[in-house]
This record gives sequence, C-alpha cells and structure tokens, in this order.
Amino acid sequence: MRHEIRFSGFGGQGIILAAVILGRAAVMYDNKYAVQTQVYGPEARGGASMSAVIIDDEPILYPKVATPDIYVIMSQEGFEKYGIAATGEAQMLVDSTLVHSRPSCHYIEIPATREARESLGRDIVANIIMLGALVAAIGIVSRSAIEKAILDSVPKGTEGLNVKAMTRGFELAEEAMSR
Amino acid sequence: MTRTEFMQGNTACAEGALAAGCRFFGGYPITPSTEIAEHMALRLPKVGGVFIQMEDEIASIAAVIGASWTGAMAMTATSGPGFSLMMENIGYAVMTETPCVIVNVQRGGPSTGQPTLSAQGDMLQCRFGSHGDYSVIALSPASVQEMFDLTVEAFNLAERFRIPVFLMADEIIGHMRERLIIPDHVSSNQRKPYEPGSLPFKAGEDHVPGFPAFGKGYGVHVTGLTHDERGYPCATSPKLHEDLVKRLVGKVEGARGSITSCDILNPDAEVVFVSYGAPSRTVQQVLHDHPDDNIGHLRLKMVWPFAEMVLARFTNAEAFIVPEQNLGQIAREIERHTDKDVVTVPKLGGDLHTPGELYAVVEDLK
Repeated sequence: MRHEIRFSGFGGQGIILAAVILGRAAVMYDNKYAVQTQVYGPEARGGASMSAVIIDDEPILYPKVATPDIYVIMSQEGFEKYGIAATGEAQMLVDSTLVHSRPSCHYIEIPATREARESLGRDIVANIIMLGALVAAIGIVSRSAIEKAILDSVPKGTEGLNVKAMTRGFELAEEAMSR
Repeated sequence: MTRTEFMQGNTACAEGALAAGCRFFGGYPITPSTEIAEHMALRLPKVGGVFIQMEDEIASIAAVIGASWTGAMAMTATSGPGFSLMMENIGYAVMTETPCVIVNVQRGGPSTGQPTLSAQGDMLQCRFGSHGDYSVIALSPASVQEMFDLTVEAFNLAERFRIPVFLMADEIIGHMRERLIIPDHVSSNQRKPYEPGSLPFKAGEDHVPGFPAFGKGYGVHVTGLTHDERGYPCATSPKLHEDLVKRLVGKVEGARGSITSCDILNPDAEVVFVSYGAPSRTVQQVLHDHPDDNIGHLRLKMVWPFAEMVLARFTNAEAFIVPEQNLGQIAREIERHTDKDVVTVPKLGGDLHTPGELYAVVEDLK
C-alpha cells in the first residue's frame, strides 16, 4: 500500500523531523520503503515549512510527492500554502490550536499545540503528538515502529516527554474518531 | 555486520568516504553540500582523521592535494560557485597526478544562482573546466545508496588512476532520505607504491606511476609545470609535453571500456532514455508505469569518460531521449556519437521532470 504524506507548519515546529521520524519508522522497523523530501529554501524560523514522505511496500522510483493522500497541517499559513488544494479522497490531520480553516476533504482535529503546552508543558512536542495521532488514526506504520523511531531521533533526556506526547497523540486521535 | 539506516544522501556520501578510507577533508561549507562537511567534521576526528574548514574553496582543494601527497585519501565537497573556484587547482591535481575526490552537489547556476535548488549544470565544467587537455572520471548517483556506493568507487578510481574523481550529485539526491545499507567493509584500492630508486613520474604499461608519498624520504619534486620523468620542470620541449599530456589523458581514456558503469534496461527498445542523477528516478517510474511500451533506459553511473560504445547496445534504437537538469550538456556528447535522433529534455529551475512530462516525449515520438 502506497501512501504519500505531506507535513506543513512553520519553521521551528519540527515539520521536517516529523517526516524523517515517520520515514525512519517505516524503513527501520516496519521493513517498508520510504523516501523523505522537503521544501528546502532560505526560510527561517516562523516561515511556512513543508516536508513529505512516500511510504510503500515496493521500492520507490519517482521520489517527489505530487498529490498527497494524507496531510498533517500544523499552521494556518501551512494550510493555505500546502493544504488547501487537498483533493476529496485525501485525509487531513489539523492542529486545531493553530489551523483555523478546514479542508473540503475528510479531516481530524487534533489540538496538538494546546495539549503540548497545557498537558506536557512544552509546545515543542506538538509534532510528536501529531505523529502519534497520525499513526492511531490512519496507520501507515505500526505503533511500535513509530515509538522506536521517535526514541532514535529525539535528544537524550527527552525520551519520556516524547513518548508521553506520542501516547497523548494516540488518545486524541481515538477520541476524535469516536465522536 | 551490515547495517540499515534511513539517511540523507549527503550524509551517506560522507559515510561512504569514511568506509573507503578517507581520512582528510578540507572544505568550505556551501549549500546544498554542507551536510557532507558537517558529517565529516563530526566523524573524522573519531577515526583518527583530519577535518579542516579552509578559508575558501581554492584553499580547500589545495589542502586536499597536500593531504593526498602525504599518502592520505582526501576529499572535498562543494557546489557550483565553490567548484568554479577549484578549477585551477583541479588542473594542478591532474598534472601532479594527485588522487583525490571532489564532490559537487549541484545547484542552479550560473553564479550564485539558486543555492537551495537542484541542477546538473556543471557536467561539462567537471570535464573541461580547468585549462589544458586532460581527462577525468565523473560519477553520478541516483539514490542515497549510490551516494555511498559511488563515493567508495570514486576513491577506488582516484587511487587507481592517480586523478581527481568527481562525484557529480544534485540537490535532490543529496537532500533526500531513504534506505541505506552500509556493508561491513568495502573493497578498496590503494594507490600503487613507489619503488625506491625508480624515476618518480615514469609509468609502466598502465600509464600510472607509483606514488612517492611525502615524509618517506624520497625527495621528489612535484610541479604543475610540464615535467620529465624525474619530476623536474622542462617546459620547453614539445615532445616531452606532448608525451606527458597524452599519457595523462590516455591512462583514463584507454580504460574507458573496462571501467564504465551503467544500467541497461530493454536493450531492444526503439525509444531509449539516457539519464544520470535525479532524472533517472523519473525515467525508472516511466518504465515501471508503461511496461508494454518497451522503452529502453541507459542509466549512466559513470558519465565521464563517456563510454559511447554502450549506445550501440541498443541495437534497435531510433531515438535517444535525454532528460537533464540543464540545457542539454550530455545530450550534446551523445549527439557526437550517434546518427540516431537525440531528443534533449532540458529542465531548469530546480524541479525534477515529472513522469507525465517524460512519457509525453515518448508519445510524441510514436
């Protein structure tokens, strides 16, 4: 099963890291193929950031994402620049703390930045909440794979915080879907 | 134990260099190659190597040449503007027969151009950019795995032929991440040692003299001037100059058939793509999506020296389609070697050709 996932938000949220972790989970722990790319430009912290991952059971040839089937959107500007054109069949997770618009495709609201700040005390783990929510809501990679890939990728001393964020992401997605 | 990684192309290049035995990096960071320098700065000291950030690219290639003359396997990495600055000393490396690896993660030019976006605009510069007649080897990776594998190969070829070898990558391959399998150990060529008492620039049948490394007490003279077999300048003898330059060119061109490296798919096809680097990935997608069209593909892993004999493997070819992130640099070389149609598909600006764009070219030819 091939998935093309696009992440967007603002520089500093860990948009690229989220894509790297997802790709790593697929390749290292679920024995799938993945290619991760990003919009690479002179944008600084605060500007719109975009990264993408293709995950497939087969080797990936053309490495660029043209029409994503899954979006993870974490800022209003990111939505306007990289999410607004989502096609009807796509699915989108929005960080409902920061994204005010809603797409025409199926979407799930995850208040990731609010949860990161209020429950976990650190805005910076909002991307990990979104990754947890993505895996719980849509799958793509297994829960154990994403956990291992997160632990590989985060700074020493923050493992507990990040696993909490991931688990909170699982819960928020399950709550959103049971509504 | 081989190990699997999910790694960026530039980092894979640095790991390939380390696996090959590279123990010196002299460079100046430049987008989109910087991660190579960063990773070498992190890793070289841990394996007993030396990383030096030089004041510019002219000094960087000079440091690499000096390090190589101590016997070390040495490399630098840069992009267009830095590559231009290196040109004079690349000629010096050719003339002094100094093994070294030069990585160019290509971005849009001319000049400062598009620092963050992909291009293949330096493919002729790497072949012809320094003055005088010479020949070099250039490899072009199309995956993260090849950023590793072809860097290893670049070192092996540099050591074997005592020349600068270019890894001509592009921003797309340099910055994407995918699966990388790092083998336990890689095969490695060491430069042929110097036989004490022999003439230091006298070559045998393979046209490559043994290497008298600095610090061994050989007292060898190394110069960019035309030199005799002792290494002494002798810049006024027409015959000596002609023989030297022909040997420097001949040691690479003479080996073309045996060292060339490419992938050939559907050799009976009438329409054949020729590609290297990132556009290869689009061509692979086109072949995958249209298996019934019998489209051929020649993917060059070694672009220079250009091995025109592989074109003849496509016995039914009526047209060669050449997608490049430039205005047709290698297409021109192919035109030189075939009487078939050569269709150049240039793409500037940083975007990769899409599968739809390339398949449309095939359909136009039907």
